[in-house]
Amino acid sequence: MIANDSTNDSTNDSLTDHLTMVTSSVIHVEHLDHFFGEGDLKKQALFDISLSINAGEIVILTGPSGSGKTTLLSLMGGLRSPQLGSLRMLNTELVGATKNIAVEARRSCGYIFQAHNLHTSLTAQENVMMGLEVSGTYSRSERRDLALNMLKVVGLEERTQYYSDDLSGGQKQRVAIARALVSHPRIILADEPTAALDKKSGRDVVELMQKLAKEQGCTILMVTHDNRILDVADRIIYMEDGRLTDEHN
Amino acid sequence: MTLIVPERSSTPIASPPIGGSQNGILNALLDRTPLGWLQLKKSKSRLMVAIAGIGFADLLMFAQLGIQAALFDSNTMLNRGMDADIIIRSAQYRDLNLANTFPRRRLYQMKDIEGVQSASSLYVSTVVWKNPQTRRRTQLTLAGQDLDRPAFLFDEVNQNLDRLKQSDTFLFDRLTRGEYADVVAQVAGGKSSKTEINRRTIEVTGLFSLGASFATDGTLITSSENFLRFFPERNPGQITLGLIKVEQGVNPESVLAKIKAILPPDTIASTKQDYVDYEQAYWQKTTPIGIVFTFGTVMAFVVGTVIVFQILSTDVNEHMSEYATFKAMGYRDRYLLIIVLEQSVILASLGFIPGLALALGQYALISNAAALPIAMTTSRVILVFSLTMAMCVISGVIATRKLQSADPADNF
Repeated sequence: MIANDSTNDSTNDSLTDHLTMVTSSVIHVEHLDHFFGEGDLKKQALFDISLSINAGEIVILTGPSGSGKTTLLSLMGGLRSPQLGSLRMLNTELVGATKNIAVEARRSCGYIFQAHNLHTSLTAQENVMMGLEVSGTYSRSERRDLALNMLKVVGLEERTQYYSDDLSGGQKQRVAIARALVSHPRIILADEPTAALDKKSGRDVVELMQKLAKEQGCTILMVTHDNRILDVADRIIYMEDGRLTDEHN
Repeated sequence: MTLIVPERSSTPIASPPIGGSQNGILNALLDRTPLGWLQLKKSKSRLMVAIAGIGFADLLMFAQLGIQAALFDSNTMLNRGMDADIIIRSAQYRDLNLANTFPRRRLYQMKDIEGVQSASSLYVSTVVWKNPQTRRRTQLTLAGQDLDRPAFLFDEVNQNLDRLKQSDTFLFDRLTRGEYADVVAQVAGGKSSKTEINRRTIEVTGLFSLGASFATDGTLITSSENFLRFFPERNPGQITLGLIKVEQGVNPESVLAKIKAILPPDTIASTKQDYVDYEQAYWQKTTPIGIVFTFGTVMAFVVGTVIVFQILSTDVNEHMSEYATFKAMGYRDRYLLIIVLEQSVILASLGFIPGLALALGQYALISNAAALPIAMTTSRVILVFSLTMAMCVISGVIATRKLQSADPADNF
């Protein structure tokens, strides 16, 4: 069920096999611990997390509230600094990494949040363009063309000049998906992307993410409580009290 | 739904392009999304409040600086109008209205110096006259000049010198502060207007335009003979100023050096510009006017800064979650700082325009109502624009301090 990454074709000897295994694992976590607070108030949030996600996989991370799912996600995205153990995103170690590396890690991931977090002063098209501007590689007209194209892909070609206040919840989340995917990130991190949506919109959004991810060959790690969408996952990881408890394929 | 995903190869994390610096800063600025402007544009009422606040602060600054400059200009109008290259004054000279005199014979020595074309005397004093219209007593500045060698550069005065040949005839400044409309109309109509100075009847036979100042309400110009009639106690040999003209092509500085060499210490010679500067410095140093208006300008600056800070920090607070999202997407603090600074520059520019327009109207109002020579100068426009820019950028820099606390992890 794993979509092929361009790097893991033709493998003959064991050395190449080993290298391929390392490179195709886009997220690789080993013995990761994380603590919040200082001194007496110090509290461990993550315990000895070890996890490997391969390129093209869609993985759902689920579990009760407060189990540490979101903490793990924010560490992977470079939004918090990981403290102990090893956390490799696209073969870049984030434990002990400089701020610049954290910023680069952020740029290499696409984020989809529970709240759409669109900029209210920008139109749908301009919001999607912001997903490209961060890299500094595209001119303004290129960004506009790519954004319009992406909005077409998520089915919002009629709404490109709407401000987010004038869009429905499902439409906003589609814009957010377009913004996350327009730069073709290799990893998508999504935090409860369907929580604010009704059943139909939630389903549409997830299927859209799934289709686009398969098209672009990117990896999705999604935190969710929503049982209705578990079937899109290649793999489901359960988390409880800061520990990974079980894995199902 | 058919999916047409834009073609593009993914960029590996190891070598992400950071910023578009290869295109130069200007291109980078033009290429970026003008978020600051878009945010300002979205909340129009706040933009209007900001423009009004900045415009008002600018208006205040223009008023303070304009009145201050007008004050200093008006106090030296008569000095600047003197037709001389070198001016000699008493060592005890304070300002034109309280000037000690010095012996006229010093001037006779000047005439022998090489390069001196002419040396003439000027008598200046304050007099109390009765306003011909209201019969109220008012203090004016009176200048008595040698009719053979006109002391002033005012064309209107020099064309009417023959009107001063009779005794007790005077030229009157039509811009004198006070109620003189009837007098001015009457004299302009060709008739003279009679009034009295020190119980002596005098005649206003002509008009000229100078303007009121903080030092004096207005000016009368007459001949030396007429002048001396009002000061019987004054020795005609004691003059207020000596006006020296140098021959054409001669450097006044070299003549000045020769004059200084023979002058005793009770008299001071200086170029006309130095003399005007001295007069101006007197008003700047010995009156609180400079301090008061500078303080007023600073207050306007502070008020403007507070207004802009309020506007910008409200805007930053309102967009904190959006900024946190941008940080999560990989935008650096610097990008967010530029948004706020962009807003500062836009607000400064937009607020300055109505501020300048209002100030021009205000200047017209002041110059009409107060007969003050208040005028907009390019340097003041540049100064106030720079102050506005500084005001907005300082506010912006303070407002951005909150940006650093936008935590990308807050989005989860």
